[in-house]
Amino acid sequence: MLKLGQDVYDAILAHARRDHPDEACGIVAGADGVDEPRRIVPMTNAARSPTFFQFDATEQLKVWRDLDDRDEVPSVIYHSHTATEAYPSRTDIDLAAEPEAHYVLVSTRECGGDEGPVEFRSFRIVEGVVTEEEVEVT
Amino acid sequence: MAVEVRSPTILRNYTGGAKAVDGSGDTLAEVIDSVESDHPGIKDRLIEEGDLRRFINVYVNDEDVRFIGGLTAAVGDGDSVVILPAVAGG
Repeated sequence: MLKLGQDVYDAILAHARRDHPDEACGIVAGADGVDEPRRIVPMTNAARSPTFFQFDATEQLKVWRDLDDRDEVPSVIYHSHTATEAYPSRTDIDLAAEPEAHYVLVSTRECGGDEGPVEFRSFRIVEGVVTEEEVEVT
Repeated sequence: MAVEVRSPTILRNYTGGAKAVDGSGDTLAEVIDSVESDHPGIKDRLIEEGDLRRFINVYVNDEDVRFIGGLTAAVGDGDSVVILPAVAGG
């Protein structure tokens, strides 16, 4: 199960809406082994694409160093789908490289950049196997 | 030329669990070859058809090697090499 504060949940959705129709991406950092990650870090989608995302490589190194310095891990890796459901695509599964992470998928296909219905789901992706998990917003 | 190579979690099964291993060489390609000789199998996870894999980021002293010559990037004594899998998807 993934536990998130309402503020973090809202910030992920706001980022997804802001970047629509391009995919938004980022992480939520938390101490290793701690239940509820709290520090959201929106990342630049270097692909700037409605069908693809990739963290900017230089920004990623900087953020990953910060994680090391703070004894944190990228507990959540989130990105949005802007025209399809909030479920990992084949590409998402092939490229998932963090077996410990919660992969959060948001879909803005209905709401676009505005208020409106969104999908918010979380998955584990381990060696090509996708397992959905419950999301509890507190 | 001794170089520290930091390995991401996903490649630590090749490094016996170590976060960092020692390498040597004057270019990134030579460093990767030296790491491969101690930790067989890791090179194939980094290089494909003679070039760095698209979704592997490698940095020499915090510079993305794609901007400094890729596999031919110069490496010197005491430099640090960091490997990070790209975070990407569709």
